[in-house]
Amino acid sequence: MPSPRYWREIPARYRLEAGRCRKCGKVTFPARRVCPACRGTEWEKTFLSWKGKVVTSTVVQVAPTEFQMEAPYAVAVVETPEGARLMTQVVDCEPESVQPGMEVSLVFRRIRKEGAGGILCYGFKGVPAA
Amino acid sequence: MREVAIVAAGMTRFGELWESSLRDLFAEAALEALAAARADHLDSIYVGCMSAGQFVGQEHLGPLMADQIGMAGVAATHVESACASGGVALRSAFLDVASGMSDLVLAAGVEKMNDGADVTAVLASAADQETEAYHGITFPGLYAMIARAHMQAKGTTEEDLAWVAVKNHRHGALNPKAQFGREVKLEEVLCSSVVSDPLRLLHCSPVTDGAAAVLLCPLEHAKRYTDRPVKIRASGLATSTMALADRKDPAALDAVKLSGERAYRMAGVKPGDIQVAEVHDCFAIAEICCIEALGLTEPCAGRHAARSGLTALGGKIPVNTSGGLKAKGHPVGATGVAQAIEIFEQLRGEAGARQVKGARLGLAQNMGGSGASSVVHIFEGV
Repeated sequence: MPSPRYWREIPARYRLEAGRCRKCGKVTFPARRVCPACRGTEWEKTFLSWKGKVVTSTVVQVAPTEFQMEAPYAVAVVETPEGARLMTQVVDCEPESVQPGMEVSLVFRRIRKEGAGGILCYGFKGVPAA
Repeated sequence: MREVAIVAAGMTRFGELWESSLRDLFAEAALEALAAARADHLDSIYVGCMSAGQFVGQEHLGPLMADQIGMAGVAATHVESACASGGVALRSAFLDVASGMSDLVLAAGVEKMNDGADVTAVLASAADQETEAYHGITFPGLYAMIARAHMQAKGTTEEDLAWVAVKNHRHGALNPKAQFGREVKLEEVLCSSVVSDPLRLLHCSPVTDGAAAVLLCPLEHAKRYTDRPVKIRASGLATSTMALADRKDPAALDAVKLSGERAYRMAGVKPGDIQVAEVHDCFAIAEICCIEALGLTEPCAGRHAARSGLTALGGKIPVNTSGGLKAKGHPVGATGVAQAIEIFEQLRGEAGARQVKGARLGLAQNMGGSGASSVVHIFEGV
């Protein structure tokens, strides 16, 4: 991933920066230009809580090349208290224990090593809530 | 709008076709369709293909394919909608003929997946790159999350999923063009390796090379090319959110429901009128979600349909008589057109051992990504 493309995503991936629609109040993550709920275009910057609840999940056994060293790993759709949903790995536990309804904390982690140079890419992952 | 018919079809065998290139596959299917209609010209060509650019480094498929069948000069367009590329190519051809712009149009689909690309990574490019693929999710992973949500909401079990594979392999065993023309036992499915929990290898469609092509013209010209045209009664295309996380109910495929409703309305028919259907069973859970979304079963009864025989050959509404993506194979860009060909043959009474007796009205549903796009066509034998 060329660096400008990576750099543009940093606010969302490092800080959970999201958008709150000024018209209908929906919180969208990552922020975007048009509100998917009401098509509003006026936004207020907001940040997601570093926690949420698993909506659905899986354990990836057959992984893409860049993630093969990590398989098997759990991936989940997590809903934060703001009502935004995001996809994330859930780690620091048995992958099979990650099930719908589980409470997770979101933490800052390395996500992948990229390309022949092994450039490190960061973001958030879920861990079992304390 | 003019009434539109399919008058001829051509299709390669599906499988790991080491001796055929992307262009060979396309040419074989296209030339078979042209020969069947004794057609010596075309007004336009639509080539459905998900990602020749990533699979074999080839873009610009419109002119390439027109040139390969000796038709350089003809209007030709590459159509992409991930795994729904073939179905959307068919829709584009339908609109072209229906509008009166063109009189003889080839709708084709092709994919060459076995030439060394990182298939899992290429397919993952049909997901949201920034919010899904970045975190290591795969396509089996996305459908596994749909499956787990479906299990939570509707009590679907691993065995229900396995029955879809057993049924589709039974159908595929009757299809000489299928990649896996053999049956599988329930126990084999349930013991196959886990790809992405709860989906096992035999819940998943394979990696496939193949091409399919159909020839379209106005219904009023159809007799020039065939005695048994099949009319396209309707075409419905819909989208949903790109990311699975953005769907209120991950187990409901909104785009499939919407595309079905649009097609039923256009055709003026109800789900209960459909006598044979091909639906997008890229993973076993997808067939269950799709038959529910299309109204072919009650909203919570999809999980029982394969086991009870409702959707098997001989059942009330046979689904995926070709073997589906599971057994016939899934060369992603070709799939939508291949589905239409199965219905075309069924409605002409040419499906051999897979024939649904007296079928006159059929449906094909083709889907892209984790259900972010879906296209439905309804066909009638005339």
